[in-house]
Amino acid sequence: MSEAVVEVHADHADHGPAKGLTRWLFTTNHKDIGTLYLWFSFLMFLIGGTMALIVRAELFQPGMQFVQPEFFNQMTTNHGLIMVFGAIMPAFVGLANWLLPMMVGAPDMALPRMNNLSFWILPFAFSLMISTLFMEEGGPNFGWTFYAPLSTEYAPDTVTFFIFSLHMIGASSIMGSINIIATILNMRAPGMTLMRMPLFVWTWLITAYLLLAVMPVLAGAVTMMLFDIHFGTSFFNAAGGGDPVMFQHIFWFFGHPEVYIMILPAFGIVSQIIPTFSRKPLFGYDSMVYAVASIAFLSFIVWAHHMFTVGMPIAGQLFFMYSTMLIAVPTGVKVFNWVSTMWRGSITFETPMLFAIAFVALFTIGGFSGLMLAITPADYQYHDTYFVVAHFHYVLVPGALFSIIAAVYYWLPKWCGKMYDESLGKLHFWLSFIGVNITFFPQHFSGLAGMPRRIPDYALQFADFNMVSSIGAYIFGFSQLLFLYVVIKTIRSGRPATARVWEAAHGLEWTLPSPVPYHTFTTPPKITEAEAHS
Amino acid sequence: MPNVNKNWLQGVVGFGLALLAVATRADELNMTQGVTAISRAVYDLHMLIFWVCVVSGIGVFGMMAWSLINHRKSRGHAAAQFHESTQMEILWTLIPVLILIGMAFPATQVLIQMYDTGGEDMTVEVRGYQWRWQYKYLDDDYNSTFGFFSSLTTPIDQRHNRTVKGENYLLEVDNPLRIPINRKVRFLVTSEDVIHAWWVPDFGIKRDAVPGMLNELWTIVEEPGIYRGQCTELCGKDHGFMPIVVEALPEAEYDAWYAQRLELEAARKQALSQTFSADELMAQGEEIYNTFCTSCHMPNGKGVPPVFPPLDGSDIATGPRRADHFAIVINGKTGTAMQAFGRQLDAAQLAAVIHYERHAWSNNAGDIIQPSDIVEFMSGQQ
Repeated sequence: MSEAVVEVHADHADHGPAKGLTRWLFTTNHKDIGTLYLWFSFLMFLIGGTMALIVRAELFQPGMQFVQPEFFNQMTTNHGLIMVFGAIMPAFVGLANWLLPMMVGAPDMALPRMNNLSFWILPFAFSLMISTLFMEEGGPNFGWTFYAPLSTEYAPDTVTFFIFSLHMIGASSIMGSINIIATILNMRAPGMTLMRMPLFVWTWLITAYLLLAVMPVLAGAVTMMLFDIHFGTSFFNAAGGGDPVMFQHIFWFFGHPEVYIMILPAFGIVSQIIPTFSRKPLFGYDSMVYAVASIAFLSFIVWAHHMFTVGMPIAGQLFFMYSTMLIAVPTGVKVFNWVSTMWRGSITFETPMLFAIAFVALFTIGGFSGLMLAITPADYQYHDTYFVVAHFHYVLVPGALFSIIAAVYYWLPKWCGKMYDESLGKLHFWLSFIGVNITFFPQHFSGLAGMPRRIPDYALQFADFNMVSSIGAYIFGFSQLLFLYVVIKTIRSGRPATARVWEAAHGLEWTLPSPVPYHTFTTPPKITEAEAHS
Repeated sequence: MPNVNKNWLQGVVGFGLALLAVATRADELNMTQGVTAISRAVYDLHMLIFWVCVVSGIGVFGMMAWSLINHRKSRGHAAAQFHESTQMEILWTLIPVLILIGMAFPATQVLIQMYDTGGEDMTVEVRGYQWRWQYKYLDDDYNSTFGFFSSLTTPIDQRHNRTVKGENYLLEVDNPLRIPINRKVRFLVTSEDVIHAWWVPDFGIKRDAVPGMLNELWTIVEEPGIYRGQCTELCGKDHGFMPIVVEALPEAEYDAWYAQRLELEAARKQALSQTFSADELMAQGEEIYNTFCTSCHMPNGKGVPPVFPPLDGSDIATGPRRADHFAIVINGKTGTAMQAFGRQLDAAQLAAVIHYERHAWSNNAGDIIQPSDIVEFMSGQQ
């Protein structure tokens, strides 16, 4: 390294953030960008959550109460799109921004300017998508899976805006994942070998490759839709020689890895938190890495299990049934490892640990229903019913979302240098835990009883479970406002946190002062055995 | 500490009670066993995999609970420092693999049975439309002998909570599909517009209705009765309002009904050359309008602008150029929800509904539409 470069670095270490709005608009600092991502995803979470509450209000009783079917469909569709692309994914990218450089001992992300761009695309993309709700024909109303031809020939004209916003979201994700791969592969401090990286770094590395592989596929799917709608092609139009089922194959080739994009970083987070509060190293680190890699690989060869009822040849059905059942194996390994980490530990129950334990328990329930769904003949009875709704919400809400909340409670003291209010955090946990189960557990039953998903009104035998589910949804939804309050209270008036924060926390980020300085690891740290994973 | 134990105890007791409550209502909570060999086989698979999950769950959650209760810092439990065991990893990789292989065998068997569509006694074409089903009874050469639409009959007042909801709210239709028991019925499932899915839980069969594709299904129903299901693929606005009702009849009763339908079909073909009075047209037209048109254009003809335009006072429905009105009803309008009803209704029905639209509400076009006008228009169009 030349002297000039060293001097520039020394300059950097002095200056803090810029003042005012320009700090956020022009920032290339991974911590600022992480903060932007996290607040943005929380805003989207509230918007998507409001839509879910509109859906649950309508479904509180049979009959049409508050909204019309057209608007109901827009609510279910936008709830899904916003939660997947606006809340869960950006929240994980926000955590990656905050944590990856600190965890591998790097001064910042590898590509800081692109980092800025990949965030600032998102507010525009989602403004565009949400603005279609206020247009004459209304917004997307064809489900977050937007199957053709409902999303092409039969779609409202605003579908073009929807396509454009998905393109923007895709570009943002691709840039984000390139940045993450570049950071992890090139910017690790000396001694931070791959097999010494914290599991959160590992899971994000693999997730980033998944993103890089499938976001272009999504872009291809929506581009073909665009051509069908505006330029007279017939990719998905049977009357013109196209095939509507091809859309589903392409969509789910993106969609299934996408599901793991939303859960692998969660595995990483939980694998950081459970050892800390069990005061015991993570059990089976190597096998955790291999399990994540196997799940990522399998995610590319199971996509058609979303399409068992579409009418595939039996050989195809069998292949996708067997490959899907296989996923239970590496997933089981992860769960067993987490339980073994807790086994004979010295466990305490701070809020992040509570959310992490709930994650393991409830994600496992989602995994069980996933295994049931893999059994093709049984899937015919479950497919597109509330059983599926219950399944993927168990994986995504007490799964992905709980892990994000756990991560915020776990690292917030490090980020802002202040402790959150433990009693309020626990209250938030119990309200969320109870709310989420009241909401989604009864949906297994309404699904098995035969209630299709995405319907605005239902037969009378489904009434009881829907009412329970709606009550749970409101408990869960409103308790997230408490989360907002806890976070703001922490930032404003939390008591100071120590550098280590948690008694048994291990990893480079805990060697830094709390709050972390604006620039960290401008000179690479020395990796000691204690701060490596094991 | 005793408090903590008490909480756990309460939790366990509470959970046990909840399980008991669930078990006593198990019939309402679980998948139906149905009325076919296939549906029972599916139910058995469902229960098998369910118990596999329950047993694994007891193992995993039991270990977790034990650890969470006993290995607490507050109980002074010191942390062990072990962090790997290749033997354990191999064990808990292999055991699930063996269980899954055990599951794969029965699942494969049932799937192979489900795909055995040959040797049928009769074939019915099931065609999805936005938002109703059409059933066509096919002869041995796959030509339609007769067919009919099956549309929701639940009154709009019940849906809008203005009257008490009936027992089969949203699960009742005007013309149920009728099939005989104890005969192998094959279904060819397809769609006219978007993707729908045809599902009768009691038969254990579900298949997507995809435009441009023919999917095969079959069933042999063992008990006479009325079986209800719903469309299970999002198909637009009224996805929740296109139920499936199948009436399984004893063989003799079915054969009698079938013969009667064939006679009716002959009579219907004759009606195409008849002329009707304005009153007859209005009466029949209103009936068809209420089945096919109200969900978008509303009973009062006001529509839901801008997506679904009003017919009351519209230029097309009152103007002198009847051909415009014929064209839009018969051919639909590309890029909108307006379907081509020329493929769903016959000339007599089209004449009646068009006549009705031109003379209902404040409309008064002052003409009269006969089936022959429609036949003439359609032949000129070809």
